[in-house]
Amino acid sequence: MSLPLFRPHDDPGPSFAELLRRSGFENQISPESTSWDGTPPIGKVPVSDFRHGTTCVAVRYSEGVLLAGDRRATSGNLISHRSIEKVFAADRHSGVAIAGAAGPAAEMVRLFQLQLEHYEKVEGEALSLDGKANQLGQMVRSNLPAAMQGLVVVPIFAGYDVKLNEGRLFEYDVTGGRYEETEHATTGSGSFHAGTVLKLGYHASMDAGSVADLALTALFEAADEDSATGGPDPVRGIYPIVATITAEGYERLEDDELAERTDALIERRRAQAESP
Amino acid sequence: MNMPFYVAPEQVMKDRADYARKGIARGRSLIAFRFVDGIAICAENKSSTLRKVSEIYDRIAFAGVGKYNEFDQLRIAGVRHADLKGYAFSRGDVDARSLANQYAQILGQIFTHEMKPMEVEILVAEIGADDGDGDQLFHILYDGTVVDEDTSVVLGGETETISDRFGELDGAPELADGLRRAITALSGPDRSLTPAELEIAVLQRGTGRRAFRRLDDPEVAGLVSD
Repeated sequence: MSLPLFRPHDDPGPSFAELLRRSGFENQISPESTSWDGTPPIGKVPVSDFRHGTTCVAVRYSEGVLLAGDRRATSGNLISHRSIEKVFAADRHSGVAIAGAAGPAAEMVRLFQLQLEHYEKVEGEALSLDGKANQLGQMVRSNLPAAMQGLVVVPIFAGYDVKLNEGRLFEYDVTGGRYEETEHATTGSGSFHAGTVLKLGYHASMDAGSVADLALTALFEAADEDSATGGPDPVRGIYPIVATITAEGYERLEDDELAERTDALIERRRAQAESP
Repeated sequence: MNMPFYVAPEQVMKDRADYARKGIARGRSLIAFRFVDGIAICAENKSSTLRKVSEIYDRIAFAGVGKYNEFDQLRIAGVRHADLKGYAFSRGDVDARSLANQYAQILGQIFTHEMKPMEVEILVAEIGADDGDGDQLFHILYDGTVVDEDTSVVLGGETETISDRFGELDGAPELADGLRRAITALSGPDRSLTPAELEIAVLQRGTGRRAFRRLDDPEVAGLVSD
C-alpha cells in the first residue's frame, strides 16, 4: 500500500469516503456505484437469508443521552445471533444504534466511526455534532438503492453537544432524512411497542438510573410483542447493550448493573402478574 | 546548439542537501524521548494552531520540523495511509515501520528527482505493548534516510548542541523529569521557554485505544514546576 498523495486539485480533503473512492475501494463502499440494471439482484435471494438486527431506543435526560439495543439478530424466522451488538460508540462524545440488515449496518457504523476519526485527525479538530449527524444522514441516503432491494438500514444518532452542553438525539428514515428528537427515539421492528413504553414512562427530569430502567422496560415490552426482538437472557447472561453519552463521554453500562436492573424489572412484572 | 554545463552528481546532491538543511535550520527544533509510560514529543512552537506534532493512528504519532506546508502534507498522507490500511486490513496491522519506509521512499524520490528537495525532517513514533517493549522512534531526513532511534532524538537545526544539552538517557525517566530536561535543552543557557511557546504531546500507554494526547499549557506548567 503506497502513501496516498494527491495533487491539490483532486485532494479528497477530510472525507474518508472520498479518500476510499479515490483509492480504488469504490465498489466496496457505495451501492450507488455498482452497476445496477434495474433488476434487483438481491430480490433473487430471499431476504430471510440476510441477518437483521432489530430494536434500539434512545432517551434524552438531564445529563445527556442514553442509547440501548436488544441483542437478537434474525434471518427470516430463525434466530441467527443471540448476542449481536447494535449500539456503538461513534467517537468520544457520540454513539450510534442501528436496526436493519446487519451486514450493511455494521459496515455503515464502521465507516461512520472512521469518518469521524479521520476528519478529526486531518483537520485537527472534531466535527460539530450537527456535522456528525449530517454525515450519517448522507451515509443512510447513499444506501437507498440497497434499501430499495430490501437491505434497509435505519440508525439513531445520539451525542453530547460540547458547544451547547446538552445531549441531542437524531432519527433517520431510509432516504437519509434527519429528524432531531427532543425526548426519545426508537428504530427497528419492535420500535412501535418500545416507543409506546418510552412515551408513557418519559418525564423531563429523569436521571441516569431511571432512564436506564425505562429503556430496559421498553426493550422488554418490545421483546414481549415482537418475535424479532430479543428479551434479556439471564440463563446465558446476555442483556441489552445500554450506553450513556454525557459531558464525560461515551460509557457502556456494566453487565452486572444491567443484570441487577433486569432482575428488578422481572420481579416487578412477576409481582404485577401475581397481585389479585 | 545549447550544451548544458556539466555538473558533477556529487555537486548536485551536495547543493540539494545544503539547500534542504538550510531550510530546516531556519525553523525551531523538537525533542522526542521515551518515558516510563510511553513517548513524549516536545516542540518549540509559538503557534497553537499550526501544529508540529499530531496523531496518525491509535499508537502512532507524527512530528515534523522545517517547512510547515511540506511536513503537513506528509502528515495528512500518513493519516490517510494509516486509516486506509486499518480499513482494508485491521487496526492491528497498521505499524510505524511500514509508514516510515513509505515516507522514506517519497522523500528519497523527491530529493533525487524533483527540482527542489523537501525542507523537512520528520519523526514517526509508535508505542508498543504495555511493558514498554516495542517503542519505536523513526527519524526520517529530507533525503529519505531513515534512522531508528533508541531512547531520544532531536529534529531541526542545531541538533548536536541540543542533543548534548539533553544528554543520554539512563533508562526511561518520569514524564515530568524528561520534560524539564527537554525544555532546558531546547531553550539553551540564554533564555527560557514558557509553556505557551511549547507544543507537547504524548503517546501514553493505558489510556485506551487512542494513545495520543496533547498536554495543554496549565498541565505543562504543573508538570514542570515541581
